[in-house]
Amino acid sequence: MATMTGSQMVVECLKEQNVDTIFGYQGGAVIPLYDALYDEQENFKIIRPAHEQNAVHAADSYARTTGKTGVCIVTSGPGATNTVTGIANAYMDSVPIVVITGQVATSLLGKDSFQEIDITGITAPITKYNVLVRDIDQLPEALSKAFKIAKDGRPGPVLVDIAKDVLMGKAKFVSRYEKETKTCVPGEDTEEKALNIARLINESEKPVIYAGGGVKTSRAQDILLDLAEKNSIPVVNTLMGLGSIPRNNRLSLGLVGMHGSKEANLAVTKSDLIIAIGARFSDRVIGKKDRFAPGAKIVHIDIDEAEIGKNMQVYYSHVCDLKESLESMVDHVESNDRKSWIDEIETWKVDDGIKESDFAAKNIIGAISSKFSGDPIVVTDVGQHQMWTAQYWKFNGKTDFVTSGGLGTMGFGMGAAYGAKTGNPDRNVILFVGDGGFRMSCQELVTISKYKIPVLIVLMNNSTLGMVRQWQKLFSNKRYMETDIGDDVDYIKLAETYRIKGVQVKDMESLKQFLDSFEDITEPMLVECKLSKDDNVLPIVPPGVAIDELIVKTY
Amino acid sequence: MRKYVLSLLVENNSGVLSRIAGLFARRCFNIDSLTVGTTEDEALSRMTIVVTGDEQILEQIKKQLNKLVEVIKVVELSPEESISRELVFIKVKADNDTRSNVIEISNIFRANIVDVAKNSLILELTGDAAKIEAFTNLMEPFGILEFIRSGATGLQRGFNVLKEN
Repeated sequence: MATMTGSQMVVECLKEQNVDTIFGYQGGAVIPLYDALYDEQENFKIIRPAHEQNAVHAADSYARTTGKTGVCIVTSGPGATNTVTGIANAYMDSVPIVVITGQVATSLLGKDSFQEIDITGITAPITKYNVLVRDIDQLPEALSKAFKIAKDGRPGPVLVDIAKDVLMGKAKFVSRYEKETKTCVPGEDTEEKALNIARLINESEKPVIYAGGGVKTSRAQDILLDLAEKNSIPVVNTLMGLGSIPRNNRLSLGLVGMHGSKEANLAVTKSDLIIAIGARFSDRVIGKKDRFAPGAKIVHIDIDEAEIGKNMQVYYSHVCDLKESLESMVDHVESNDRKSWIDEIETWKVDDGIKESDFAAKNIIGAISSKFSGDPIVVTDVGQHQMWTAQYWKFNGKTDFVTSGGLGTMGFGMGAAYGAKTGNPDRNVILFVGDGGFRMSCQELVTISKYKIPVLIVLMNNSTLGMVRQWQKLFSNKRYMETDIGDDVDYIKLAETYRIKGVQVKDMESLKQFLDSFEDITEPMLVECKLSKDDNVLPIVPPGVAIDELIVKTY
Repeated sequence: MRKYVLSLLVENNSGVLSRIAGLFARRCFNIDSLTVGTTEDEALSRMTIVVTGDEQILEQIKKQLNKLVEVIKVVELSPEESISRELVFIKVKADNDTRSNVIEISNIFRANIVDVAKNSLILELTGDAAKIEAFTNLMEPFGILEFIRSGATGLQRGFNVLKEN
């Protein structure tokens, strides 16, 4: 057993966990930790953001797109508080990350010392677990536990706060590493429960699968598709679940809820059986609760027992790893073409009236989607462009979709884009971001530039906080308060300041020219699409009404 | 809506109490009372939490508590299969005219007199909620100066234990 410093133990534990990428920012309390990393630079890729919040978004996106746990290292006090939004984002979207924060020395704790903040107190409600390590002998266990908990069951963020004297102290290193174990062993009842759900499906006339982010977390996309196809069950997706079934499949109805398609929302409303898989009945999906799928039995399959009955009372539930459940189920489901149900749904599809030549989000996203038809990673920020991407990207089953779902974090996209690319150097990464969210995060151009991270930034610039403006237009009598943010920034010059190529396009022709000018994304690029501030995300379900009362067109 | 009594076995770490209290606050669950203390195992603490709600809220509370890493076990203490008691101190006005009446009632309830002053008595009573309420009602006419209750604490009846080996 070797004697080493606490900092060296942290590095050792990271190596045990096969961590090779760290998103982090230096600072007083983590100087010893970075000092230990000095000798390990060949073993770790370390990305320094411009601001700690984006280190967490990057780690979050890295985790979502690699299946590994994202890791952040930041200093105490403001370094730690800057991670809070990022941690909350990962918590809401159930993403496994481990955030290591430096803390003041134990002798200074509780005295309002310089850069001391109670970060475990602050982050208690937004982490699965957090701990302040005050004793070097507890350090290996704290870290091992952190990685285990982050991935266990329903994933999520864990924060480990380490006092500076622990990082500098010396002790014998006793490894507490535990091999990753299967977190959800199928219970004895899995077969029986799956059989019961299969029976409900076989007996139903109008079933709908409501698939959420859990499908992607448990890597159950293929088996979901098998199940849907065998019994011809239409599939609607939550925002987090998009990409779990190819969008061009006849059974895919796309997004459901507030900005769901008419056919998706009506299918749910008219259904007699909803099979919720890895979804949590968010208010953005269910609309007016007592009119959500009023004629349906609801079956809920999820790994988190607390989700059962939290937002919606259900008829039958199965707490299990989704993949196990679906695998057991598929054999018991009968083949069926459900012609009348599928035909009925087909009649609900409406033409949105957008012409092919219009320089509208639908066509912009359509064109970019057609160009990157392989296995791209599509990242969004938050707002109108996010919903448009969700609606119009042609998810093909190999596309990863990274978006801030639960928290709706403007400014998420930039960090998320380079986090995804860092973990997936061979895949094209495209970021859609609005001008509002871009202004919150454009300092990260320096990170993209410094590490030469080749991502394509599509800036959907309508000079306004479009989603809020749309609400003002539709529901507040066009009283545009604090939403027009002006067009006084030259984003192309801004990109060029950071030595990033920037192009502005104002019509489909010039967008296509730009897209034709390269094959894969091999350098950081920004393309600014100038849009009308009056373009809306449609359909939209007004607040407080049922999801079948959606507005499909505005005049 | 009714009252439920939950018994929790938790790790004996600093911060556990605030984590549990925080969970209740964040999820808009109401704590009527909470008691916590050490157990036969020094690594563990035991909490008794009384909550008001319906079956659905109780179910959610139990599930959310079970998600906390430091929470080892949660059980509901049903009135039939458990015992729970509460300790109260009542400081009541008592002068030469009323003192013997107060003492007489206290004796009936097996309340202890723990402090005697010229114009007051402090009474100590242990019991379930119904007994405490009955006693308090009888003391009220004398004039209750101060009143404190510990919150319920309880155990399951029989050989059952929370800690699994």
